[in-house]
Amino acid sequence: MAVETMTLFTSPVSPPRRLRSATSEAPEIKVVLTTIALLFVAIFLLLPLAAVFVEAFRGGIAAYLSAITEPDALTAIRLTLTVAAIAVFCNLVFGVAAAWAIAKFEFKGKSLLTTLIDLPFSVSPVISGLVYVLLFGAQGYLGPWLGERGVQIVFAIPGIVLATIFVTFPFVARELIPLMQEQGTAEEEAALSLGANGWQTFVFVTLPNVKWALLYGVLLCNARAMGEFGAVAVISGKIRGVTNTMPLHVEILYNEYAFSAAFAVASLLALLSLVTLAVKTFLEWRFADGIAVGRSH
Amino acid sequence: MSDAIFMRFRQPSVLPGFGLTLGFTLAYLSGIVLIPLAALILKSAGLGWADIWRIATDARTLAALRLSFGASFIAASINAVFGLLLAWVLVRYSFPGRRLVDAMIDLPFALPTAVAGIALTALYAPNGWIGQLLAPLGLKVAYTPIGIVIALTFISLPFIVRTVEPVLRDLDREIEEAAATLGASRGQTLLRVLLPSLMPAILTGYALALARSIGEYGSVIFIAGNIPYVSEIAPLLIVIRLEEFNYAGATAIAALMLAISFTMLLVINLIQTWNRRRFGHGS
Repeated sequence: MAVETMTLFTSPVSPPRRLRSATSEAPEIKVVLTTIALLFVAIFLLLPLAAVFVEAFRGGIAAYLSAITEPDALTAIRLTLTVAAIAVFCNLVFGVAAAWAIAKFEFKGKSLLTTLIDLPFSVSPVISGLVYVLLFGAQGYLGPWLGERGVQIVFAIPGIVLATIFVTFPFVARELIPLMQEQGTAEEEAALSLGANGWQTFVFVTLPNVKWALLYGVLLCNARAMGEFGAVAVISGKIRGVTNTMPLHVEILYNEYAFSAAFAVASLLALLSLVTLAVKTFLEWRFADGIAVGRSH
Repeated sequence: MSDAIFMRFRQPSVLPGFGLTLGFTLAYLSGIVLIPLAALILKSAGLGWADIWRIATDARTLAALRLSFGASFIAASINAVFGLLLAWVLVRYSFPGRRLVDAMIDLPFALPTAVAGIALTALYAPNGWIGQLLAPLGLKVAYTPIGIVIALTFISLPFIVRTVEPVLRDLDREIEEAAATLGASRGQTLLRVLLPSLMPAILTGYALALARSIGEYGSVIFIAGNIPYVSEIAPLLIVIRLEEFNYAGATAIAALMLAISFTMLLVINLIQTWNRRRFGHGS
């Protein structure tokens, strides 16, 4: 397929008057390619986004407001915020610890450890939820033992938190590791030789060096944590008003044909993703050096 | 830097906190990721080969896996073409709003999958904005496998753009100039000089897009119609088995998908290693 696109260029465009640079295409070709690319973006990215907001306000402002302020919606919003806060905090602590160990020290098995940290990204969200059901569910390995002690994880909030931590596991670590590796250990060694203790070195030397990358990782981690659907759908049991996060609430409303209400709640999540993209773009533009280079998702 | 002492587990360092941070990292990784995944593997091992084989070759499972993989390959291929085009246009050309378009590329990563799912369904349903244009042509997108391809194209759109972009940006323009001075046409330069150096990035992006698409659930289930044997993807079949309390069925399908995903992860790593070896030096 890629070859077909490329053969566009092989048709000679009036060879005699070669005024353009040898390393660029004819202006007409540039216009055609840019138009195709922009059309693709418009159809595949802009239209879905526009559809969310148009559908959300189809029933009018009043219907929109009542959809996002009814008790079940508010419970879902509160639960989503709580779960995301816990998951982001846990993965932030983990990310910093993992980056310190991996970036500041040389040890055997380091590349294996780095690969394992990225593992959750290659696991289907549905499977991420399933593994906890197999471990903590009523028929699971630890379920009966936990049940006797009155601890419920599956179909309850702890399960939602665990599944969310799983799917957002690598976000902070993978932003910090390459940056801290690049920065080396010279500054920390200097601080230690000047008499700072380990904690002071971390807080006053390392942390300021990685703060933007840290924020960047937290931002992406939070967006995914608030929006996660598959993993949470499997483990939550979707108990309305109890274990219903915002994405699950959207699904329930949609399946009940309450389309405007579903899109109203969805528009809040879409807004969150737009804010995330805006802050992300700002960080990349303003603090490019403070965020790891050569990053790919 | 101190001399490397290869006999030891770790090289000496004056920095503190190695034991604490590595210990915490390993404990957290084990607790959240490794032990739960081991539970899945243990459970499927407990089923025995006969049972796994029976579930894996069940007609409905096979249809779901075929659909998941087929639709993912088509979506990744669409994105290979348009992702390359987008990366090219964003890196090489300047036009008003380029920055905005570049920022928008990551929308599928940021937009929750359920939101993407209902938005795409609203667009492609027979009475939707795009659906009503396609309906007179006899083309039905929502509630068919074509809808699944559309959803997977949406969610895997950023991968190839984002893997190709940095490579394209770092590519030395002198190579193209050299090709041109040696008499290559622009088309020849693109096909014989640029495309080969972009190939590892395209392949990495392709594999990442594929891996993401195969496991995708949220954006697909709304638009798919979810008819068994026709438009039922493998992750959905896992959920259905789980809701039937058929844990063995769910586990077997999950283990199969996991094995395939990890193989793909291995392939990605091999491509990247090969890429580093081939292009990493000398630049």
